[in-house]
Amino acid sequence: MADVTLRKVIKRYEDVEAVRGIDLDIADHEFVVLVGPSGCGKSTTLRMIAGLEDITDGDIMIGGDVVNDVPPKDRDIAMVFQNYALYPHMTVAENMSFGLRLKHYPKAEIKTRIDEAARMLDIVELVDRKPKQLSGGQRQRVAMGRAIVRNPKVFLFDEPLSNLDAKLRVQMRIEIKKVHQKVRTTTVYVTHDQVEAMTLADRVVVMNKGRIEQIGTPNDLYHRPATRFVAGFIGSPAMNFIPCRLEEVAGNLNIRLTDRIAFPLPPARAARYQNVARDAKLLLGLRPEHLAEAKAHPEPGVEPFDAVLDVIEPMGMETLVYFTLEGTQEICGRVNPNASARAGSPLRLAVDLNNMHLLNEGTGAVI
Amino acid sequence: MVDVAFQPNRVAEARSARKRSSLRAALKRKSTAAFLMTLPLILLVGILVLYPAFYSLHLATLNKSMQRFVGFGNFEFLFKRDTFWLVVKQSCIFALSAVFFKALIGFVVAHFVHNVPAKGQRKWRGMLLVPWVIPPAMSTLAWLWLFDPSYSAFNYTLSFFGIGPISWLGEPGWARFSVILVNVWFGAPFFMIMYLASLKSVPDQLYEAAAIDGANWWQRIWYVTLPMMRNIIAITTLFSLIVTFANFDITRILTAGGPLDHTHIFATWAFRVGIEGSDLPLGASVSLFMVPILAIAAVFILRDINKRGNEA
Amino acid sequence: MASTLVIDKAAPTRAVKYGSMSRDRTWALRWSYFFLTLFAIFSLVPPLYMLITSLKSSAEISAAANPWWVFSPTLANYTALLTSNQFLTFFRNSALVSILVVTITMLISVPAAFALARMRFWGSATLATGVFLTYLIPDSLLFLPLFKMFAVFGDYTGIQLIGKWYVLVIVYPTLTVPFCTWIMIGYFASIPKELDEAAIIDGASWFQTLTRIFIPVALPGLIAATIFAFTVSWAQYLYPLVFTTSTDQLVLPVGIITTLVKGDVFNWGQIMTGALLGAAPPLIIYAFLMDYYIAGLTAGATKG
Repeated sequence: MADVTLRKVIKRYEDVEAVRGIDLDIADHEFVVLVGPSGCGKSTTLRMIAGLEDITDGDIMIGGDVVNDVPPKDRDIAMVFQNYALYPHMTVAENMSFGLRLKHYPKAEIKTRIDEAARMLDIVELVDRKPKQLSGGQRQRVAMGRAIVRNPKVFLFDEPLSNLDAKLRVQMRIEIKKVHQKVRTTTVYVTHDQVEAMTLADRVVVMNKGRIEQIGTPNDLYHRPATRFVAGFIGSPAMNFIPCRLEEVAGNLNIRLTDRIAFPLPPARAARYQNVARDAKLLLGLRPEHLAEAKAHPEPGVEPFDAVLDVIEPMGMETLVYFTLEGTQEICGRVNPNASARAGSPLRLAVDLNNMHLLNEGTGAVI
Repeated sequence: MVDVAFQPNRVAEARSARKRSSLRAALKRKSTAAFLMTLPLILLVGILVLYPAFYSLHLATLNKSMQRFVGFGNFEFLFKRDTFWLVVKQSCIFALSAVFFKALIGFVVAHFVHNVPAKGQRKWRGMLLVPWVIPPAMSTLAWLWLFDPSYSAFNYTLSFFGIGPISWLGEPGWARFSVILVNVWFGAPFFMIMYLASLKSVPDQLYEAAAIDGANWWQRIWYVTLPMMRNIIAITTLFSLIVTFANFDITRILTAGGPLDHTHIFATWAFRVGIEGSDLPLGASVSLFMVPILAIAAVFILRDINKRGNEA
Repeated sequence: MASTLVIDKAAPTRAVKYGSMSRDRTWALRWSYFFLTLFAIFSLVPPLYMLITSLKSSAEISAAANPWWVFSPTLANYTALLTSNQFLTFFRNSALVSILVVTITMLISVPAAFALARMRFWGSATLATGVFLTYLIPDSLLFLPLFKMFAVFGDYTGIQLIGKWYVLVIVYPTLTVPFCTWIMIGYFASIPKELDEAAIIDGASWFQTLTRIFIPVALPGLIAATIFAFTVSWAQYLYPLVFTTSTDQLVLPVGIITTLVKGDVFNWGQIMTGALLGAAPPLIIYAFLMDYYIAGLTAGATKG
């Protein structure tokens, strides 16, 4: 087990900077997920940690030792690939033991490790089969088994669940979490799926265009996003962004969305936004669950308004409603399934301003 | 766990120097290993293919006993010989017609095999590829026997139809026909296999769309099959042109260039002149005339390979 | 439209493609079988005739009866050849040369193909194409300068090359190595790069990656290339004709033609038997490993 540290790591290809200066501290035993859209640099970063890509500038340290020039096989890491990368001509047992056999581990030791890993991953009866006889989920487990038997300092996962169907993905997520709880190896996991990030990680690193947008626990990122990108990336359905302005009316701070819709800010928020310029172009960030149907006795900070619904999506557990407010984009809200929401009909909704986010439209920062 | 022998403290200053030197070392290691692995290949090709090819140029400028330098003397000598021009003409006719028929027959047979349900294709393929598997020297002997002036099995069969005995190898016109026939017999399976593989890769949906659009079988071939197979047709044709043009075995065994030099092609005549006539330089001069044509064909092949690489 | 198709909506579409009751299809099938039979006959007549003739005695051959039938089959030709020291020497020489050449070819081609397919180094792309191009330089161009080169070599070093069967072991690889390298490059290139990376992370060196991962995974390609190299070596005629002259040094193709054709008397029974026996090894390999045989052919051109 070891901690992993990245200091000002840069990766340049010809004239393109894929990774533009990353600082990251991963503690021992921690499960960190790098998440972001395609091309944000997360896979490149992972491959630099693995040693499969050279580092243009900066340092990477594993367990306190700088490993910039150390070849992958000496870094004591193990990697699980998106396409499993199982050796097709070897059985499951041979696949898992390949690395150990190269280092001439004693046969007894190898057998013990394989048995243990196979039991942990529930693939005991598959050890003599070849990869082509296995299903996708089984192959992924073998790939994980190959990583586990090496007992490395760090596990690296490169989008391992992308090739699986949705149901299998959910199952494998649980498997991976169980393995981490048992083996407690430091893990760096790359994915583009924010649900995987939220469910698996101790801490999430959101990346965009080669830089880190925000690092935090899933809860932090969800409730206290620092930038518009993070706010819009985490959470599904995505957060709504409505252009707005602050205005002062009779000593109280209001937030004005359109000519006809304005809401008074709850005291806590009013205090926080006291110093924001009144004419600044701002964005109101509201998660769909904070746009629900109006209740008979509204709580403080929850303001009602009327909207005509364009589209409804009944999800069973809730209904997603889409509407516009005088020329804004489609806004998404979540209402109770029995709230009599129908496309084309008006519905009385309420906005929970206690959970609002205010963003500067120009900089994208959350105020 | 592996202990990495770096101390984290002296990271900063030593880092860049270390990174540059070991990066270079790493590159060097991979490059030298790769180079060493290809070295035998390079040496083999260099010494036994490229060097002789250029050496033949030098050889062609010497006199018969290889003592004197005669410049273009050998070439001038050849240009004045009627046999030489005969050989040029025959080589071209031979190569072009043989390749044409090989490609045509290969194409047609590939279609028929493709039409047959998949399970049966294997045994047809097996039978039709046999000519290519038998060493050409051996199968040509069989043809020699089939064409024998006295005992030809073909003549025997033809006599039942009242067609007089044909001097397959004795009469210039028939001799040329026979040589081309054997070459086509031997080479068509190669085309058949290549085209069959290519036919399989044309998506069925294109044919279905064409059928719905109203195309008959001929139009489907012209508008769907041929365009999709353009690349493979070009490559196999050019490849075969080169190989057929330089053919030796079949002609040598069947006719040895006769009757009266009427089936000599470059390779067999170079052998006659160079080895049997013990005039290596003259033989080399003859062989060299293959080069321009081979070079042109090679250029086209190269262009097609690159084009295919880009398309893929 | 030339013909009308009866479209049966309830008919299964994919699996029973040619079982549909469309008249067009069945006629096309009949014509296909007809022409295929014709071509099959055309392809198989020579080897069958070889077999027929090999079972005939000289008397029957010169009797000029129906050549397509054996009236009194005899194995005399076979026994004559298989007990002839000369013939067995030819066979032995061919086998020796072919096996040695195959070994040398694979030892040269496989590492070179691995380096060219995987390790990108300066000039590797040009080298790969260049290798293929040299394959296009025919033996009928090279035999004369090579003859002179070997003669000169013999004079300088005293090692006689010309006239000995082992000179063939030196020249044959020029015919097999380029194409075998080309085949292997195709097979190696089709192995996903992630497999390399997994091996690197598992701790394998370049050599270990080649021997323990690439070669096993590309085994079909190796078999195809080996078959190709063997067949080419076995069937060679020009080089042995030029470079080997004394009877005990000859390989099969040259041996059969030069010794069984004595003056004006052609012993066709024995010639055909010899030809058939000479064609046997490639045919046997083909019969058992046909798919690899064909893969070797097509892999070079379509994968490359």
